Amino acid sequence: MFATAACALLATIALALARAALGPSVFDRLQSANTIGTCAMLLLAVMGFLGGRPEFLDLALVYGLLNVLGTIAVLKYFRHGDLGEPGDAEESPKP
Amino acid sequence: MNIVLDVLSWACLAGGGFFCVVGGIGLIRMPDFYTRMHAASVTETLGAGLILLGLMLQAGFTLVTAKLLLICLFIFLTSPAATHALAKAALLRGLQPLLTAMGDKPSKP
Repeated sequence: MFATAACALLATIALALARAALGPSVFDRLQSANTIGTCAMLLLAVMGFLGGRPEFLDLALVYGLLNVLGTIAVLKYFRHGDLGEPGDAEESPKP
Repeated sequence: MNIVLDVLSWACLAGGGFFCVVGGIGLIRMPDFYTRMHAASVTETLGAGLILLGLMLQAGFTLVTAKLLLICLFIFLTSPAATHALAKAALLRGLQPLLTAMGDKPSKP
């Protein structure tokens, strides 16, 4: 039962990897990285149940947190060209 | 009673896996970045939700279910924020959405 969910998640990760490789723009790659992170989080949870180890759920939660933070940080870098000084909020992004 | 829970959780897990794969296929086949985001959000909402629901049914009323609820809450709070930030950054960076080409007639509503 968990094996079917784990295989489906692995298939989704493979498809997202293919999109990351194909993706024309950098944002496609970032989108697939975000999807891979979510699927990895779910896979961790399913593996925790498969292996009978409830600690994996804490790993999944922390992994999800780091994944979202990483996405936001990379986005900020791409949008401002650098990580942006504190305070210059909505000025026009440098090309 | 246990059989019903098992069958229900198996159905949720299979459904969640199915929607994850549907989102993955949509991620590949969608023509444009902004439509791909819709496909990716299918995995994040339905796929994750159903899989976690299936796991919750399996775990019953224990601490594990509380952690699964926390993960569910976390996904439902942060994935829209991340998707919004992604779309905003892409639009500001000049990634134009693939609208109907100027030449052909607009599709009738």
